[in-house]
Amino acid sequence: MHEMGLALEIIDIATASIPADLKGARVQRVNLTVGKLSAVVPDSLRFCFQVASRETPLEGASLNIEEVPVVARCLQCGNEWTIEEPVFRCPACDSPRIQVVSGRELDIRSIELEEKEGD
Amino acid sequence: MPFSLFYTPMRRHHDHGRPHHHPHPADEHPDHETIRSGGGREIKVVRRVLDANDRMAEANRRLFAAHHIFVLNVMSSPGSGKTTVLMRTLEALMPELRCAVIVGDICSTLDADRLSVSGAPVVQVNTDEFGGDCHLAAHVIERASAELPLDDLDVLIVENVGNLVCPAEFDIGEDRRVVILSTTEGEEKPIKYPLMFRLCQATLLNKIDLLPYLDYDRQLAVDNIRQIHPDMAIFELSAKTGEGFAPWLAWLREAISAKQSA
Repeated sequence: MHEMGLALEIIDIATASIPADLKGARVQRVNLTVGKLSAVVPDSLRFCFQVASRETPLEGASLNIEEVPVVARCLQCGNEWTIEEPVFRCPACDSPRIQVVSGRELDIRSIELEEKEGD
Repeated sequence: MPFSLFYTPMRRHHDHGRPHHHPHPADEHPDHETIRSGGGREIKVVRRVLDANDRMAEANRRLFAAHHIFVLNVMSSPGSGKTTVLMRTLEALMPELRCAVIVGDICSTLDADRLSVSGAPVVQVNTDEFGGDCHLAAHVIERASAELPLDDLDVLIVENVGNLVCPAEFDIGEDRRVVILSTTEGEEKPIKYPLMFRLCQATLLNKIDLLPYLDYDRQLAVDNIRQIHPDMAIFELSAKTGEGFAPWLAWLREAISAKQSA
């Protein structure tokens, strides 16, 4: 629901990440990591990004979204597993003391710049 | 609603984002290194998209800590009774504790009008200025708190925008997060919105005065909450009659005094 806000943040961060000596370069692709526990719909984010990136160095760039599963670790027995159903309890020892190790990511890993002519 | 823990991307280009304006704190100089890949140049970024919000939330947290103010973030779906719960809560806490409220809605000042009866200073934030945002972000809280007499406050209650999805994702610099779930919403909300129920420390099960008229399984609701968050503090209460408020108020007072003596 706040994908437009996220798209604007992504554009800000990506634009600021273009090195000074490459100002004017266009971004071809943005590589993102999105955890399944984050409140983001990838398709909606792509749509917002496409609209919001007009007239920026990211216009026409693609969003490459790597979705990360929700992985938890049991603080009782050390078991680590992928949470497929919304049950936050260790399937091995039934302990509720678990830690979510991945799944909340919403990170920009990298941007890819178009190779400039004569580069 | 866009969020499900186990989202399957079935929709294609049918979500329409709204234009949205809010200040984006200037990005400092991210560490980047240039690596070659394929045809283009890949620049490492490694930044959280919500970095700007998280930093603003930390700044809020420092500001509130400097004033010894306890901050409560109250979230729920629309119509769960947030405002009524807060009116009764304020009535119990004041005047012994000096309270203020920031209330977020997409539009209207109806909730602020109701809450101002308590005598607490109330700042209404209408997110339509920000594109009808579905949540209160940290910078909105920073702006709103500038209108409050921070030196004369013990407690700041933030009534977030009615929504079980997005507010969970945005840290605002709070000390405690509470979600209100009313009996009329059924028992399954915790399973449907796991992030919200993972992140809150307490759930208020509101509108228990309606139980005689509903096919509502209170044990199932509690079990569903525990499935997502086994340690959740759960308070069954009625904002209308006041039933069940004592344990909730005791929990809240304990959290407030822990902050004040910190």
